[in-house]
Amino acid sequence: MSAQLPGPVMVASGCGGTGRELEAFAGAAGIAGLHLVTRSITLDARPGGAAPRVAEVPGGLVNAVGLPNPGLEHFLATELPWLVRAGVQVTVSIAGATLGEYADLARRLSRAPGVVGLEVNVGAPDDAGTGLFEVREPYHSASVVAAVRREFPSDRPLLAKLRPDVSRIVEGARACHEAGASAVVIGNSVPAAFPDGRAGGLSGPAIAPIALRCVAAVRAALPDVPTVGSGGVRDLASARAYLDAGALAVQVGTALLHDPTTVARLRADLAEETP
Amino acid sequence: MPEAAVGGAVHGSGHPVHVDGEVVATKRIGGYQHLTLTAPGVPEGFRAGNFVAVSVAGHVARRALWIHRVRASSAFGPTLDVVVERRGDGSGWLAAQPVGTRIAITGPLGRPFALPKEAVSCLLVGEGYAAAPLFPLAERLRERGCAVSLVVSAPDESRLLSALEARRSARSVTVLTADGSVGLRGRVGDHVGDLLARSEADVVYAAGPHEVLRAAASAAERVGAWSQVAVETWTPCGTGLCHGCPLPVVGEDGVARVVRACTEGPVVRGDRVRWDDL
Ligand SMILES: Cc1cc2nc3c(=O)[nH]c(=O)nc-3n(C[C@H](O)[C@H](O)[C@H](O)COP(=O)(O)O)c2cc1C
Repeated sequence: MSAQLPGPVMVASGCGGTGRELEAFAGAAGIAGLHLVTRSITLDARPGGAAPRVAEVPGGLVNAVGLPNPGLEHFLATELPWLVRAGVQVTVSIAGATLGEYADLARRLSRAPGVVGLEVNVGAPDDAGTGLFEVREPYHSASVVAAVRREFPSDRPLLAKLRPDVSRIVEGARACHEAGASAVVIGNSVPAAFPDGRAGGLSGPAIAPIALRCVAAVRAALPDVPTVGSGGVRDLASARAYLDAGALAVQVGTALLHDPTTVARLRADLAEETP
Repeated sequence: MPEAAVGGAVHGSGHPVHVDGEVVATKRIGGYQHLTLTAPGVPEGFRAGNFVAVSVAGHVARRALWIHRVRASSAFGPTLDVVVERRGDGSGWLAAQPVGTRIAITGPLGRPFALPKEAVSCLLVGEGYAAAPLFPLAERLRERGCAVSLVVSAPDESRLLSALEARRSARSVTVLTADGSVGLRGRVGDHVGDLLARSEADVVYAAGPHEVLRAAASAAERVGAWSQVAVETWTPCGTGLCHGCPLPVVGEDGVARVVRACTEGPVVRGDRVRWDDL
């Protein structure tokens, strides 16, 4: 059973605010039809980490935002309805400390009107430090995917977002696919440090070649596993690189922080390109 | 009275735009560089307290700049002015750009100062380049019949924004420098209590470093006046997308929260900021 994947351009998790802020920058096409992956939503509200949460480095950003979000209930009551009314195609990113939390989130979101799909954040650059279920081995991510899949209908997309580590990505993608993921998102911010040594994740143009290498490796080893590229997408050429490597879609994160119209432009550019 | 500016609607200024702007004038005044920019749609939507996010060549993060003044018409059409202090490579780049440089500009961004409904008396306290948004605020307040007392402070004369033009909108202007090079000697914290008492203001507006905001907010609280503070933090995107500019506040329900300085702020009620956590 295969689910229709969102795409070909999505807003990456944590880089689209609450979604609503993008309305002003949606261009002529408007915000309806925009594919948004929400910032990672947890069961309980999280205030997020201390400042500075983001630092600028050559070629990108280092971030340790700490998953600030209002918690599932508040999200369902106040953020989701606006997005659904506006016609945004919402994939909810979920993050939990335990498999039980993941299952709970999936069960409640499966009943929420308007949710297109789920994305499990199983490749956060500092998962343990952020208080999330720690993913060291492929079976860790697979167990999250399985726990979520049990609660979320198999005809709806479930994306597993993996760390772009070329030495582990093929095993990770295989395990998640077998556990029921509709597609794997490759990848996330790359584990890195702030100038003062604090743990964070590197994002932006600097990581595009790393994620691209991982997409190529997964496509070569597992041609049947649908992939989504994420890392440094900022224009048609950088999106094309992933799509040409076999990714079915791309996610745009950091580039939106630099230019909030990036996704609107990229959607238009890709639409123009395909005859 | 001004409404609480914590939580709630997105983008207090209605509809921000992302446009290709241009430097049409650049002038060094004292320690700061004053840039005049075109940015179609930004001056039109401006309210005092808004800022713009600008792109800097070779950098991913944006640079946030207070809007100091807008002109509805000029030889270049509508323009806006910003004041740049050279602090790092981003501001250094901006300050060095000649007339004709094209710059991507997003704005107007953030919640502006809320204006009182009645013609009350107001004390405006600003320090350094960050005092910039108080000048257009003074004009708006005067238009509403408010009596405006303006306090412009700086470490020294070179970092004092000129209050010359503000004398038209303000009933009184007080200049403070930490080194006493011009005006009263001292910091905002040393004088704000007296200045507030003398102005008999019902509302205090402050813009500047955190200690200035805190001093102004506490002085207001002591006499039961309202305060609004324009909190400057490092805002990586400026548009509310990244959650990278945490501002610790107490909500209207009394619950401690962290909001985005760029979107739920930068102007918030002074009595709602958790200063110790900032
Ligand atoms: C400020 C910021 C916040 C992020 N928050 C999340 C998050 O909540 N959940 C998640 O799965 N990924 C998060 N990410 C990772 C992005 O979604 C994206 O996968 C990564 O940054 C690589 O893509 P990019 O180079 O286009 O940014 C975040 C990234 C940034 C820069």
